[in-house]
Amino acid sequence: MSDLNKLTIAEARDALRKGDTTSVELTEACLTQIEGAGALGAFVHKTPEIALEQARAADARIKSGDAPAMCGIPLGIKDLFCTKGVPSQAASGILEGFKPEYESTVTQNLFDAGSVMLGKLNMDEFAMGSSNETSVYGNAVNPWKVDDRQLTPGGSSGGSAAAVAADLCLAATGTDTGGSIRQPAAFTGIVGLKPTYGRCSRWGVVAFASSLDQAGPMTKSVRDAAIMLGAMAGHDPKDSTSADLAVPDFEALLTGDIKGKKIGIPAEYRMEGMPAEIEKLWHDGAEMLRAAGAEIVDISLPHTKYALPAYYVIAPAEASSNLARYDGVRYGHRAKLAQGDGITEMYEKTRAEGFGHEVQRRVMIGTYVLSAGFYDAYYNRARKVRALIKRDFDEVFAKGIDAILTPATPSAAFGLGEMAEADPVQMYLNDVFTVTVNLAGLPGISVPAGLSAEGLPLGLQLIGRPWEEGDLLNSAYALEQAAGFVSKPEKWW
Amino acid sequence: MSIDIDTARRVAHLARIAVKEDDLPALAGELSNILTFMEQLNEVDVEGVEPMTSVTPMRLKRREDVVTDGGYPEKILSNAPDAREGFFAVPKVVE
Repeated sequence: MSDLNKLTIAEARDALRKGDTTSVELTEACLTQIEGAGALGAFVHKTPEIALEQARAADARIKSGDAPAMCGIPLGIKDLFCTKGVPSQAASGILEGFKPEYESTVTQNLFDAGSVMLGKLNMDEFAMGSSNETSVYGNAVNPWKVDDRQLTPGGSSGGSAAAVAADLCLAATGTDTGGSIRQPAAFTGIVGLKPTYGRCSRWGVVAFASSLDQAGPMTKSVRDAAIMLGAMAGHDPKDSTSADLAVPDFEALLTGDIKGKKIGIPAEYRMEGMPAEIEKLWHDGAEMLRAAGAEIVDISLPHTKYALPAYYVIAPAEASSNLARYDGVRYGHRAKLAQGDGITEMYEKTRAEGFGHEVQRRVMIGTYVLSAGFYDAYYNRARKVRALIKRDFDEVFAKGIDAILTPATPSAAFGLGEMAEADPVQMYLNDVFTVTVNLAGLPGISVPAGLSAEGLPLGLQLIGRPWEEGDLLNSAYALEQAAGFVSKPEKWW
Repeated sequence: MSIDIDTARRVAHLARIAVKEDDLPALAGELSNILTFMEQLNEVDVEGVEPMTSVTPMRLKRREDVVTDGGYPEKILSNAPDAREGFFAVPKVVE
């Protein structure tokens, strides 16, 4: 078989089971592509020895007839996941040299299912960013290109998105705190699913904002997202917020039949100044779902406008607390100290050297909103607004809405460096359609649905009821089939 | 809300991040911009709304209060920038 790296998970699984290929062949095909794709900056730590060892074990397991769907599938792993003995530094200088003594639950689940790790993927530092430009490793680059400019693959899971879109791996893990799976998926023409908060264990995933963080799959198709989520998810006693719920066979729920489903179109997502092509994509998406038998219903989520400011209080507040552990004592970087420096200087110099600019800014914002005198005005108020945002969704779902359709991003991918001079708030606006989903703990999926006038991929987002990823994936599957997005980036790297 | 240079210096210290004196004005400006953006939250009527503590209405699981893990200090110390005699080492804390 040729171009094994271009297969979907479902295609590879079927080929492996039929004996048409082996995991070693699949893995070698991906490793060859990775070697030639340095210009994308996607893989930042390569693990070919581990990959080939896992592939050989997977082949033996497939031969013995005991092979789950993910067995033998070569994956890229976002650098935010702790992987035993392999550098895991959340794309930060402060975790330089850190090699965990343990494995994150999500990667362990994937390895238990027989998956293969090709290496670690680039991202924004501590998952804080929407363009992969805050990484200590340098930028990840979008494989899509329309002129001389290099484009962002989005962020924070930018390396994951670039690697999947460029067929360097069959799929990748991502994490999503405010849109970090769905926005890069939309920018690169792939599928990205953020599950319900608590569906996947956060244990061993470097924490950014613990009440919002959730891991999920980034794949070439909706079917692959269903297959991979099944292997990632599940209750974990080591994460007290992971849900003790059965994990359904998500793939079996993909019928493509959405007759009678009620799809909500929220009025508040029609933002002022929304580009006409995004508006058209959204409208076309609704028409496709209607043609497939769904009922399109106008809905209102009145507190939408306040989601971004609430998020940019809550997420930095949690980050300032989570990132307090990077103090130069237990792991990672410690600054060289001057004569007479005490422990406070050690903390301050270590954190000034180890954290990048955006991370420092967010830690300080979080520190400020949690500080005495401001806690009620900012942090508590934001948590109240968060409760109202969740209530908006609860009320809509109580009226029988099955899923909500929105654009995934306010634009197509922009050029690397183009936002350098902009106010940080301008960059935060990238999350405008995705961040509500994290605040409400809901599942959301980005599905590639068309090309911009320039020829860049655009995505639509579907938001589902809590714990109903199966139903959400089925709606996404119907949308994927109707949209028929098959474009791929032309290889330039 | 506007952040002055003294407040920026205080926040940097609370966050244990060394910021050069020359960089404080720019930092104060950036923090002020972000806080201005957050001030939209003041438009929302939150009277009688409880602050969210958990996004899913689930009771945290309990377990027996027993030791289930541990006994490998060498693993705990393996990534430390400075570890000696089974302990993390830091500059002098108490005079």
